[in-house]
Amino acid sequence: MNSGNVLFRLVKDRLFGAGIILLSFGMLVPLFLILIYITRNGISAINWEFLVRLPKPVGEMGGGISNALVGTVILVGLASIFSIPLGIATGVFLSEYRKGRLAYVVRLCAEVLQGIPSIVIGIIAYSWIVISMGKFTALSGGVALGIMMLPVVVRTTEETLKLIPDSLREASLALGVPYYQTIVRVILPAALGGITTGILLSIARIAGETAPLLFTAFGNPFMETSILKPVNSLPLLIFNYATSPYQEWHTLAWGASFVLIVMVLVLNVLAKVVTARWKVKF
Amino acid sequence: MTSRRKSLNSGNPGAALVAAEAAFTRGLYAVAIFVVVLLTAILVTLLIGSRESLGTIGLGFLYGKTWDPVSSEFGALPFLVGTLLTSFLALGISLPFSIAIAVFLGEYFREGALSSFLRSAIDLLAGIPSVIYGFWGLFVLVPLVRSLQLKLGVPPFGVGILTSSLVLSIMIVPYSAALGREVIQLVPSDLKEAALSMGATRSEVIWKVVLPYARSGIFAGVLLSLGRALGETMAVTMVIGNSNFLPRGIFSPANTMASLIANEFAEATEPLYVSSLVEIGLLLFIVTTLVNIIGRQIIKRTAVEV
Amino acid sequence: MESEVLKVEKFGAYFGDTQILKYINLSIPENMVTAIMGPSGCGKTTLIRCVNRMHELITGARVEGRILLCGEDVYKTNPILVRRKVGMVFQKPNPFPTMSIYDNVIAGYKLNGIRLGRGELDRIVEESLQRAALWDEVKDSVHRKGTFLSGGQQQRLCIARALAMNPEVLLLDEPTSALDPKATSRIEELIIELKEYVTIVLVTHNIAQAARVSDLTAFLYLGELVEFGPSEKLFTVPEDKRTEEYLTGKFG
Repeated sequence: MNSGNVLFRLVKDRLFGAGIILLSFGMLVPLFLILIYITRNGISAINWEFLVRLPKPVGEMGGGISNALVGTVILVGLASIFSIPLGIATGVFLSEYRKGRLAYVVRLCAEVLQGIPSIVIGIIAYSWIVISMGKFTALSGGVALGIMMLPVVVRTTEETLKLIPDSLREASLALGVPYYQTIVRVILPAALGGITTGILLSIARIAGETAPLLFTAFGNPFMETSILKPVNSLPLLIFNYATSPYQEWHTLAWGASFVLIVMVLVLNVLAKVVTARWKVKF
Repeated sequence: MTSRRKSLNSGNPGAALVAAEAAFTRGLYAVAIFVVVLLTAILVTLLIGSRESLGTIGLGFLYGKTWDPVSSEFGALPFLVGTLLTSFLALGISLPFSIAIAVFLGEYFREGALSSFLRSAIDLLAGIPSVIYGFWGLFVLVPLVRSLQLKLGVPPFGVGILTSSLVLSIMIVPYSAALGREVIQLVPSDLKEAALSMGATRSEVIWKVVLPYARSGIFAGVLLSLGRALGETMAVTMVIGNSNFLPRGIFSPANTMASLIANEFAEATEPLYVSSLVEIGLLLFIVTTLVNIIGRQIIKRTAVEV
Repeated sequence: MESEVLKVEKFGAYFGDTQILKYINLSIPENMVTAIMGPSGCGKTTLIRCVNRMHELITGARVEGRILLCGEDVYKTNPILVRRKVGMVFQKPNPFPTMSIYDNVIAGYKLNGIRLGRGELDRIVEESLQRAALWDEVKDSVHRKGTFLSGGQQQRLCIARALAMNPEVLLLDEPTSALDPKATSRIEELIIELKEYVTIVLVTHNIAQAARVSDLTAFLYLGELVEFGPSEKLFTVPEDKRTEEYLTGKFG
């Protein structure tokens, strides 16, 4: 073995390590560029008025995004109503009948649902609800987002329940507690932290979805609180204003982007806090 | 002691209890079946929606080069090509980065401040809504690409396949990086130690032991990223240029299947037009589902929790 | 012999095609500690899990014969009612992690929807914790979570939880196998004290433990009841050769 060869290999090793670090942190460059750009452009647009006012027509300065904020809350609320009870129940089913054939099929279906492109979910909600009601509604947007949220809730519920030891179930059953009470009053409370974390993360996800709302909730320049009318949402507003040719609307869109990112961040941090705080010790 | 002894069946909650148990179990089954029905209904809806286009245009839909709603001519080839080009280009751009991140987190720095910082940053990358990626792409990347195009002497659209791929590549990194990290962590340390003890350097161990061992898991991560790229809508819609012609190169504006639906679905009124768009949705559904299922099967075989 | 609380008749248990218990006959008298001992895999845990019908929770489980609790066949009664009359303590302490010590003790009432007044509940909690020799240690912190206790304390909390339901029989499934020696001897003392209130069936693979605390001992080997009788006799002059071999450490 000659030492030149070893030296060459060592240099190569160092270069490789440096390359890994460079590439890893290279990916953070666009992340920070995006965050800085949004913050710089968005924060100047934000003040109290921005949050409580309605958008102004083209040409007028000022205006706010209150309608989109309210719309986002309505849409997320509807999606949660549809998907949380259903998702938790399905997760319970999957963890209770782990090995059954139906469980296998249901798990597969949940995986497929999770992979469906959001725009396709939009087509579905449009076909089912917009066509039959003859108009764009918040309801249809909520259903679309609910379908997207469902598999995530199913999955986190199942994963959390899997971690709960059998001894807990046995403790309850041995006291003569009926099976369903054992699940509802012993198992689910023990899993509450994990399930809540999953729900918060899935809300963070769907709150930023635009594609399934394009032809369901549709967007609305006015304040609307009825679930049977079209509503605006933050991502819809960002899309519509960002692709418009007007400078004032771009400013609104930057501000809305900043608000949306902060919302997503807060939900993520909240999820971390819940995981840490509600950690159940077995 | 004996005096308090009551019959076992005293205070029998009996019938009501049995009924409640049965109702609970039935409820669980009903919900589970609902999920299956939901997915079936989605597939059936897409099939029924595209019936007209399937019947009228048939297979020609897949290789038709012209998409012209005015003359009722619907060929999906430009969008199939657009989707595949953007997705694979994005995959190619993102792969070195996501593997580097996976190696960094799975091999060099498993714990510590640096690792958790990078991991949170990657999570954040996955958490940013796609419409914001699109917005940023439109205002930052498009001018950059345009100046590049001016230098190269190609028509300076700014928007187009390359711009979309750049945005997509940033968006899909977290998916393959996360899975890659997990499989790399699963590589048995005795394998690595064996190689190290024979005098291999760290980088040689990674190249010759770790990466080959983790190969199938990394591939699965790439598939999940691909599934995501194929179906991504908003970011692409905002920067691809919405051109319904067959793309001529990576600088040309185009449309993907998803962006086409986003742009035209709300305006389509002609039954055949709507049906053709739904058929595009059906194709998108089938392709992403296949990619995802194959990816997940590989993951199950490598026994990693995603 | 005193009146019997539990009577096992011609009892057999299976997992699928595997027979775990073969033709067991056993009478367990009131207010005594009966130890069931044998090497691991002999079916001792299965036997007590059949008494409160926990065995059948595993798919493929099947039984034959009868088990009589106070003269009534447990396999002809709703398992929920059987389990309310039979307390069980497991190998690893398993207090309910989301509940306070107080709620853990009365969990049997709360989870079963049995409503009692505040005073009644307080009385049950205090009495059960006292019987489980835990009251003095936790009386000032009954509203803290049960999972903050030490392993031995957690196990005594589980005993209190079972006692709170006033069971006819208390089944202890190797209750000290996860505990340190000090906590173990504490539990052993407790078992002897408890027979004043409740009939106890103790499963153990620890010969010394069976000898220390039990009045009667059953030796189970490969699913068969080899020998059953007063502990002094079984540990000093066993009738069956296999018992003798087990006691002298020839197998298991």
